[in-house]
Amino acid sequence: MKLVLILLSTIFVNNYITVKFLGICPFLGVSKKVDTAIGMGMAVTFVMAVASAVTYGVQGILDSLNIGYLQTIVFILVIAALVQLVEMVLQKTSPALYQALGVYLPLITTNCAVLGVAILNIQQGYNLIESIINGTGGALGFTLAIVLFAGIRERLELANIPKCLQGFPIALISAGLMSLAFFGFQGLITL
Amino acid sequence: MKFMKVLTNGIIAENPVFRLLLGMCSALAITTSVANCLGMGVAVTFVLVGSNVCISLLRNVIPAKIRIPCFVVVIATFVTIVQMVLEAYVPSLFQSLGVFIPLIVVNCIILGRAEAFASKYSVWLSVADGIGMGIGYTLAITIIGVIREILGNGTILGFSIFGAKFMPMLVMILPPGSFLLLGMLIGILNKIQEKSKAKEAVK
Repeated sequence: MKLVLILLSTIFVNNYITVKFLGICPFLGVSKKVDTAIGMGMAVTFVMAVASAVTYGVQGILDSLNIGYLQTIVFILVIAALVQLVEMVLQKTSPALYQALGVYLPLITTNCAVLGVAILNIQQGYNLIESIINGTGGALGFTLAIVLFAGIRERLELANIPKCLQGFPIALISAGLMSLAFFGFQGLITL
Repeated sequence: MKFMKVLTNGIIAENPVFRLLLGMCSALAITTSVANCLGMGVAVTFVLVGSNVCISLLRNVIPAKIRIPCFVVVIATFVTIVQMVLEAYVPSLFQSLGVFIPLIVVNCIILGRAEAFASKYSVWLSVADGIGMGIGYTLAITIIGVIREILGNGTILGFSIFGAKFMPMLVMILPPGSFLLLGMLIGILNKIQEKSKAKEAVK
């Protein structure tokens, strides 16, 4: 039951984009079309689920060696290596999926949602299963937000917007309105 | 003379938040109070200057193919230093910035400057670039922070300025407010730039 609550709360209530502000760069950068947004979302979901599991193990090693202060350095290297590994494995095993996700994978290393979820898992004291669920839920929430946002932006292309607001400003303002909408979920689940 | 030019470049012409649109996560998330913004600004400036110096010194040693992992290790080292110093001396700030301190590692401004500037220019100019970009970032998030704290809480650096009857605009402190505010600020800056360009064209 707790697992279902963690999953739902990271997708809707504590959405990584609209409430926690993690992963804003790809959210603004790769959301011009719905297709690319879906691709990015899938790549992030895959990497975040794997990264949550791996960083949980790495934290165990760091703790047993009593070098917890190296967390940031080790995590970012592990994530960078992991992304590279995922890319190579996908290329060998399923070229179709690699074709779909290929361009987005390198970008994920600098996605703060991935490092963020790894650190938050440790801070909140989740166990292995809970960490993976939290990572997957966070990534699904990211996908939901970026796909919805891409849909809005596709419509905005056709709208008549004042010149000074075109591009990023109007994107940020619509993201704000979307974030307001997500606030409707606030208080739905308390962990 | 070139030192000053590089320094001021980061503050206005290529302001990382308003112009280059880098480092948005932290700019949106931690700007709920002015104190947070100043703390974050100092932390980012320190990491920027430190990593710029190191990377500039190492620029002829780092092989081009693995430069990104090398940059990330250098940056992560400085972030860890900041993390430890803040935790030891200003634990309250460390608490309120939370996860966004370790996340300075993946802040696009720092990696972006390492790649675009420090790996190409001398140490001296890289220091100028680091300081300039750092000040530009601090200035930008402080502007956002001042507006959000005044409207959303009626205070500035914790001091009440409107008295007890002020009804705070709660949305400004909440996440939607920061998206809306940043969007409008960039829009206003675009408008100002448009006008000044039109004036120059008339001349």
